Amino acid sequence: MDKTNESKETTKQRFSLPFHVIKRINIPVWKKILIYAVAIITGLLLSSLICAGFAGKSPVDFFVYLFKGAFGSSRRIWVLLLDMALLLGTSIALIPAFKMKFWNLGGNGQILVGCLSAVACMNFLGGKVSNGLLIFIMFLASVAAGIIWALIPALFKAFFNTNETLFTLMMNYIAIGLVRFCIASWVKSGSGVLTPIGYGNLPKLYNDQLLTILVFVILTLFMFVYLKYSKHGYEISVVGESVNTAKYVGINVSKVIIRTMILSGAIAGLVGFFIAGAVDHTVSDAAANNMGFTAIMTSWLAAFNPLVMMLTCFFISFISKGMLQVRTDFGLSSDSIANIVVGLVYFCVIACAFFVNYKIVFRKKEDK
Amino acid sequence: MTNEVLIEFQNITKTFGSITANAGVNMDIRKGEILSVLGENGCGKTTLMNMLAGIYYPDGGKILIGGKEVLIHSPKDAFRYKIGMIHQHFKLIDVFSAAENVVLGVKDGSKYNLKNVKKRIGEMCDRYGFHINPDKKIYEMSVSEKQTVEIIKVLYRGADILILDEPTAVLTPQEIRKLFDVLRAMRADGKSIIIITHKLNEVMEISDRVAVLRKGKHIATVNTTETNEQELTEMMVGKKVTLNIDRSLVENPQDRLLVMDLNCTDLEGVKVLDHVSFTARSGEILGIAGIAGSGQRELLEAIAGLQKLDSGEIIFNRPKKNLPVSFYHKTLNEVKFLAKEGRFHYEDGTPVDLSGKSNSEIKKLVNDGKILFNEDEVMSLRDKTPLQIRELGVRLSFVPEDRLGMGLVGNMDLVDNMMLRSYRKGNSALLNRKKPESLADTIVKDLEVVTPDLHTPVRKLSGGNVQKVLVGREISLAPKVLMAAYPVRGLDINSSYLIYNLLNKQKKEGVAVIFVGEDLDVLLGLCDRILVINSGRVAGILDARTVTKEEVGFLMTKTDGGEGNANG
Repeated sequence: MDKTNESKETTKQRFSLPFHVIKRINIPVWKKILIYAVAIITGLLLSSLICAGFAGKSPVDFFVYLFKGAFGSSRRIWVLLLDMALLLGTSIALIPAFKMKFWNLGGNGQILVGCLSAVACMNFLGGKVSNGLLIFIMFLASVAAGIIWALIPALFKAFFNTNETLFTLMMNYIAIGLVRFCIASWVKSGSGVLTPIGYGNLPKLYNDQLLTILVFVILTLFMFVYLKYSKHGYEISVVGESVNTAKYVGINVSKVIIRTMILSGAIAGLVGFFIAGAVDHTVSDAAANNMGFTAIMTSWLAAFNPLVMMLTCFFISFISKGMLQVRTDFGLSSDSIANIVVGLVYFCVIACAFFVNYKIVFRKKEDK
Repeated sequence: MTNEVLIEFQNITKTFGSITANAGVNMDIRKGEILSVLGENGCGKTTLMNMLAGIYYPDGGKILIGGKEVLIHSPKDAFRYKIGMIHQHFKLIDVFSAAENVVLGVKDGSKYNLKNVKKRIGEMCDRYGFHINPDKKIYEMSVSEKQTVEIIKVLYRGADILILDEPTAVLTPQEIRKLFDVLRAMRADGKSIIIITHKLNEVMEISDRVAVLRKGKHIATVNTTETNEQELTEMMVGKKVTLNIDRSLVENPQDRLLVMDLNCTDLEGVKVLDHVSFTARSGEILGIAGIAGSGQRELLEAIAGLQKLDSGEIIFNRPKKNLPVSFYHKTLNEVKFLAKEGRFHYEDGTPVDLSGKSNSEIKKLVNDGKILFNEDEVMSLRDKTPLQIRELGVRLSFVPEDRLGMGLVGNMDLVDNMMLRSYRKGNSALLNRKKPESLADTIVKDLEVVTPDLHTPVRKLSGGNVQKVLVGREISLAPKVLMAAYPVRGLDINSSYLIYNLLNKQKKEGVAVIFVGEDLDVLLGLCDRILVINSGRVAGILDARTVTKEEVGFLMTKTDGGEGNANG
């Protein structure tokens, strides 16, 4: 009986996989960048083949249109940068919370109430006070609204330890409902669309986009310093890594949660303020453009580093802007093709983390 | 013991990434012997045995059983060769009874019949001297009972070769004795037993031969009768080490921390501290002995301000007698108030009267260190948060049991971990990493912490080095009370002795040290007094110089009825 067992096992070994997976201990930075670059290129190549297949055009055209859509004219470049700036703003609103392991999924809602408050000021105070004062009031109202929307789940988390993911998520829907309600009562015609308002528009700085871009780039630098070099940022990291350690060294965990969510909500509200004052000059239930969720991806891809986030936000904005052009030129009527591309690229980038963390070693041939 | 070789390792090699766990190990296991596999943490002893038990598969080399090469791919294969392993962390299902756990996964062709299973368990118990109630659920069992179930599980599957991974780590001396009796009975029955351990006294007591591993290599296998503890240690560590903890006499002890009648209930409503009272004195090491989970953690956390109390009082005596008053902890108004109360004196002994003096005059007197305290300051720590305790000026250091989950932040580097205690200093909103960096540097040098650099996340360091970082930081606070929970758990011999020496040094400097330990030999050798805690109650406070291990073990396990062992 032993004999049969043995022969069975030798065959078993013969058919075992010719490689095994080993965890990497340290990986040089250039290799990491290379892996990510390969992943992005793979994702884009796959996308080009799929799109070209659907449209019956050459995959090379895909890349031509993609870049044309994003960088085709100076206006396009500015709009791309503006998109990036707003996404960046949303991302830096989220990362202090994420670093604390407070999963704020309510970015959309916080932006939306910020935007709504600013538009409400424009709607009711426009023409009655000076433009400078109006903008200042809008600013305060947006930030306050963002803070309130973030603070409600934060207080519940801090004092009753409720689950913040569901709570912040649900706050999004309340915000959407609130926006629809306001529009319905403000727009007398019943069209459900609030036309852009001429009051409370932010001053131009060289062009329509530069001011917004500058503000959020500066804010990103500030956030980098805040998280890395300030005492508050240090407390956020400790609470995020281990609540027990935080308590052990005497950090007031509830206080840190509340303080950080105030900051998070304030920045999200500010994004709403810029959407209202500098971009849309109006509000709709889609004003947040789903950035509250897109920013989750950009911050994770950047490993919560604000500086790297500039790259991820730029990349995501580039893909979505470029895809608009590809869609038009390829004659793809549906929005879903663009989504497939974005999904494919994300997939490749996320999957390549496997190769960053592990390596595959092929078994050497036995001497036998 | 016969000399018949049962299992032979030939040139066994196993690597994990860049780490070599075993390198070219050649050794044998004989029929009917108790073999100890001895080595420090991380020397590859468990990995080697896991390859025999089918958990890992060797990267190179051969395993021979009865002279024939075998391939063991899974624990199931291992059982086919009559090899069974009892792991350090038990693999039992809590809500099943002992008998259900034993029979789980056995495919011997017979029908599932719990009555027969129980009968066979009964036979085994009679044969080897176990005591187990086959109907008892696992969650109701003590650690030692769970271990018994694991052993029966392996025997039930017909194992002739039993591997036990650190079987005594969690047992009391009485339970260890029982286990050893069982092992001897099994040896007499012709079974081979392998014990993985790093405890020398047990090796000497129970085993026939000792295989010593060091850094993944097999150093030697020797007959126990032909060796001694010193020689084994040298083989294990690779150099000479002294195994004596020198215990100095307690000099000028003063009551530093008074714990009075503490009561505490956990979230489930179970009483975890039950009228606990004791005094920790300066210049003394107070050991706390007890079965794991008897309230040690809650007691230390209560003192550190991390545990809510039902009732009781914790008093800290701040040694201030004849020391100058400073504005570090006292405001000007407090100084005035205390002076009125007659709490201060000048260097020449005359009482301080501040009436009629201007604020600037008082400030100058204080800053020049002219005003001295009459008595030690007495302050209550009850219901204070760790931050409030700190702000009171109480220098209380705490090395918690959960190093990476509480004492340190695993993902942060050494510098940021140093900062945990001190980052608040100064009014700036920004961090100052200079001082923590030089502190980290000092600790790395003084305590010989092995780390690539100061910016390595501490979770990447080995257990011993993590502990050195934590203890180093806590000692750097110049504590008056130092509490350490299981500070040498999982540490190798060298690191353990380094920690003992550090604690001893603190004791000599007049710190009140509280040491929660699990190894009774160490507790008896290191401490001055031993507090035995049993189900949240103080079972006794003993003089460590005169008490025996058995007495401590008895108090640890004593139940209300006064019976010696819960197992009986």
